[in-house]
Amino acid sequence: MSINPRLYPLLATIGIFLVGYLISYLQFPAMLSTRVIGNLLTDNAYLGIVAVGMTIVILSGGIDLSVGSVIAFSGVFIAVLLRDTSLHPLAVFALLLIITTVFGAAMGWLIHALAMPAFIVTLAGMFLARGVAYMMTIDSVAISHPFYSMLTSAYWLMPGKGRLTLIGVLMLISVLAGAIIAHRTRFGAAVFALGGGEQTARLMGVNVGRTTVLIYAFSGLMAGLSGIVFSIYTGSGYPLATVGTELTAIAAVVIGGTILTGGAGYVIGTLFGVLTMGLIQTYIVFDGTLSSWWTKIVIGLLLLIFILLQKGLLRLTAFGEART
Amino acid sequence: MGQTFRRITPQLVTLALVVLLVTVFFPNFLAVSFDGTRFVGPVVDVLKRSAPVALLGVGMTLVIATRGIDLSVGTVMAISGAVAAWAITSGYGLVGAVGLAIGAGLLAGLWNGCLVAIVGIQPIVATLILMTSGRGIAQLITEGRILTFSDPNLAFAGSGSVLGVPFPTILWIATAVVVALLMRRTALGMLIEATGINRAASALAGVNATVLLIAVYMASGFCASLAGIVATADIRGADANNAGLWLELDAILAVVIGGNSLLGGRFSIAGTMIGALIIQTINTGIMLSGFPSEYNLVIKAVLVLIILVLQSPNLAADWLFLKSMLKARRANVRSETP
Repeated sequence: MSINPRLYPLLATIGIFLVGYLISYLQFPAMLSTRVIGNLLTDNAYLGIVAVGMTIVILSGGIDLSVGSVIAFSGVFIAVLLRDTSLHPLAVFALLLIITTVFGAAMGWLIHALAMPAFIVTLAGMFLARGVAYMMTIDSVAISHPFYSMLTSAYWLMPGKGRLTLIGVLMLISVLAGAIIAHRTRFGAAVFALGGGEQTARLMGVNVGRTTVLIYAFSGLMAGLSGIVFSIYTGSGYPLATVGTELTAIAAVVIGGTILTGGAGYVIGTLFGVLTMGLIQTYIVFDGTLSSWWTKIVIGLLLLIFILLQKGLLRLTAFGEART
Repeated sequence: MGQTFRRITPQLVTLALVVLLVTVFFPNFLAVSFDGTRFVGPVVDVLKRSAPVALLGVGMTLVIATRGIDLSVGTVMAISGAVAAWAITSGYGLVGAVGLAIGAGLLAGLWNGCLVAIVGIQPIVATLILMTSGRGIAQLITEGRILTFSDPNLAFAGSGSVLGVPFPTILWIATAVVVALLMRRTALGMLIEATGINRAASALAGVNATVLLIAVYMASGFCASLAGIVATADIRGADANNAGLWLELDAILAVVIGGNSLLGGRFSIAGTMIGALIIQTINTGIMLSGFPSEYNLVIKAVLVLIILVLQSPNLAADWLFLKSMLKARRANVRSETP
């Protein structure tokens, strides 16, 4: 029995994460505690959620540069609305998710209707979302609502005093939902088909326009959800927050084994991509002497390794097909 | 010459409109005076401050003409600035500092070019690697601090002036003119366009696409290093975190406003330069006319959207279809009425 070659990048990702964890554990035995694992999930919750949306977008062969700005917009929107109106946070959340989903859908529609690269359309979306956030406030607005303090302190104490927080659980649920959508639904199949090539997808009977709109709407929804999680995590809204998160999310997706040209990858891989990046940061904190900029360099190296791995893999499969 | 002029007419009209709009809100916008050593005024300021985006735009135009994109230029600016500041404080002198900074830019371009042309990674990803890791490298050079220096010769590159004109202005105009001449007076420009339209076909026609692509990315790195030197010299310090932050997006915007297609092929450096001037005029205009600078990003977004609609291949097809319909109807009417 042989392993499906499509699984190689996923296995490599999980392997690198486990090896990395093992190395960290051998050096710092305290790494293997539920506290560290709990923090790993909590600290990367917003990144994980937004990366799930990004995975679907990249699987379809697109890219969404607007998500970082949308997260910042979400935080500001929530903070300003809670400060100036007497709406309940849950109502604000619902309103926000509708706005970000419609925003994403509008970008998807533009990409399809104008037949322009997703890169430049979502770049405009990036400017727009951050600009609107700036127009609402230029200062950091603190959120002080009793419901919020309840959300922040909601956690389940794992054995070993680790805290499994609400937002950590929310991320795991998002990954699960993303995996089901991508791998078990008609929409997911359409996304993969679109990633394989628009012409072929159309010939297979995929409604390209509808699928494109839905893909970016989903990414917008995830960015909005990530914004909520980020506002719970930081307890404030700040228009300059999460600058560059879109690129971190793309990096997480690539390290997670999804091929950037689209058409192949696993949502679960993205979770490991996010955790690997979190692990590097945790290692640097534990070490104490390394500077934080090593994070960027190591992430860049990992990106390079994974892209080369994918290249090699594509060449191998092409070679295999040519031989048979 | 006339053809080039016609090509960039929409950009020139846009620039004139933007200048007119700013002048309405801020009547002194066009006032230029001479204070004894140099020209001062909002227009001079626009010409000076557009230097980084214009310099990046020169390289970015070439890269985009090959159907590529270079996301790393902002980071390369930070690296070159850090190298220049480090070299000048370590006593390498002005020539050493500038030489090493440009060398760093060329090296970064070589790295990007090899990934794109030899390894065959798509450009947006290949340059993303340097974009994420490059700031870490710049921080390694500055050791995480803002590396300041007081050498007046290097500071001249940012705040000096020649015959009353700010040095950054002269630098970006000279770079643009030299590169444009190099492209249009030799076959280089045509070869780049050929590679951008169809790499395989141009390779079959005898263009060494691999070397050409690497050279184009190196040119982009070179322009980014010039921009990095100007930015560092301007504040007399290298800030690894913020130097050139998000300027790659402004540079791409300048290229797109300049009427260059993101899908490669024909390009116009003059168009990009006017694009950079439009962006900077809007920035300065918003600042001067008392609007909160928060409007800046929204205006940019609207600008991108308008250009997207104008450039869209779908709408162009619709427009052609509409035109041919009208023509056919007119022809019908004419044939029916004897």
